Amino acid sequence: MPVLVRIPTPLRRHTGGAGEVYAKGKDVGEIVDDLERQFPGLRDRLCDETGDFRKFINVYVNQEDVRFLQGRESLLKDGDEVSIVPAIAGGR
Amino acid sequence: MTYVRGLVCRECGRAVPQSPVHVCEYCFGPLEVDYEYSAIRAVLTKERVAAGPPSIWRYRDLLPLDGEPLVGRHVGLTPLVRARNLGEAWGLRELYLKNDAVCHPTWSFKDRVVSVAVNKARELGLDTLACASTGNLANSVAAHAAEAGLPAFVFIPVGLEAGKVLGTLVYGPVVFAVEGTYDDVNRLCSELADRHAWAFVNVNLRPYYAEGSKTVGYEIAEQLGWRVPGHVVVPCAGGGLLTKIGKAFAELGHLGLVEGQPPRMHAAQAAGCGPIVTMIREGSAVLVPVRPRTVAKSLAIGNPADGYYAAQAVRESGGWAAHATEEEIVEAMELLARTEGIFAETAGGVTLAATRKLVNEGRIGADEPVVVCITGSGLKTVEALDRRLPEPMRVGASLSAVEAVLPELQAITTR
Repeated sequence: MPVLVRIPTPLRRHTGGAGEVYAKGKDVGEIVDDLERQFPGLRDRLCDETGDFRKFINVYVNQEDVRFLQGRESLLKDGDEVSIVPAIAGGR
Repeated sequence: MTYVRGLVCRECGRAVPQSPVHVCEYCFGPLEVDYEYSAIRAVLTKERVAAGPPSIWRYRDLLPLDGEPLVGRHVGLTPLVRARNLGEAWGLRELYLKNDAVCHPTWSFKDRVVSVAVNKARELGLDTLACASTGNLANSVAAHAAEAGLPAFVFIPVGLEAGKVLGTLVYGPVVFAVEGTYDDVNRLCSELADRHAWAFVNVNLRPYYAEGSKTVGYEIAEQLGWRVPGHVVVPCAGGGLLTKIGKAFAELGHLGLVEGQPPRMHAAQAAGCGPIVTMIREGSAVLVPVRPRTVAKSLAIGNPADGYYAAQAVRESGGWAAHATEEEIVEAMELLARTEGIFAETAGGVTLAATRKLVNEGRIGADEPVVVCITGSGLKTVEALDRRLPEPMRVGASLSAVEAVLPELQAITTR
């Protein structure tokens, strides 16, 4: 089942400039796998070596931070929307 | 004259030219302003600062503008108040309050960051201002937008204090009350900033904006006679203020304007929304976001943007952190008003209550100068004191009416 994934500007070079793409998967982890299949190299930008989302990446399912859901195991259904949003930090 | 070389990623060190961008395109690390410190060192002296205007712009060499500021020219240089009554009560020899409750023009420290951001927006050719705010930032963006003659879109969570909402609307911006918490507002604004070429002061202008917070640290040092305090206690919402005050003292040391150890930086948060303090107290490497539940709405950020950096700044300085309960917050607001005559907003109650805990826990010693940062005015958060204060005594307009009740009041007036 495809869900809409919002891609922030810094990642759009991987998606050919697209700000919104579709990906398939039963949970957030599978969406990342499918994004990697479609856009090789994208996983590396989103996740660290352990497979967790990088510190400065926030991921939301229907506006809810996945850290308040089940993280990468957060389940998805048809019509859900996933947003990838860089954290806003101000530096030192 | 500018000493800004450009922006640089804090994580991977990649350089980026000045532009309205806050995230490193490669590693998603935050971008920060890169200064030519050797050139600054050659010109910046205590005398040069003293000859500058009575505002944050006396430290203009260390702020990221290319030209002169055109708006917000009277922001900052707020009083550093020696708190003798409170110091005596707590056994502290030198206790000071950095009182941004009287910052011009909107009575909070946010005027510092906004005046930098709005001037930068103009330099970058942006003609619409915007922000995600828990209230104080909304007030300041709206006011500075009015002064700059620019339209503004202000996003706040529903349910803010009436004073903060009114204190935004009066300047005439477009105000959106978003159904959700500040963290929802913040996420929404990040996505909007990706679609619209607006100057979101705390999103795409964040590298410049955040630099304004350094002026709190510069002013503290100058007002102490170019001394470094032993301790600085700072309220944390996103964590940026604490991080930048720490940076300010590091810069002053590097530039030879102060000597000695940098201050111990201490973080203050409400128990109902204290992820940064929790991280520090538990010695954790991971910041766990929370859902805010606190009367201190200006600090109600459950997923603090600069949480990691704030925790790092606290640890590296040898500081610590404390939570304040809801009751302690309001008690401390009253305590500050009754001992020092300063009416701070709820965040000030958080900071003062946390300071008392740090003193009781032995984290703050009696003999070193302590500075507590008061960041906003109590008139903005009057709801917190609902039903806690007595009604005024209603009397007839005659001498006899007042004289009749005076004997009963003897106990109070002779305290």
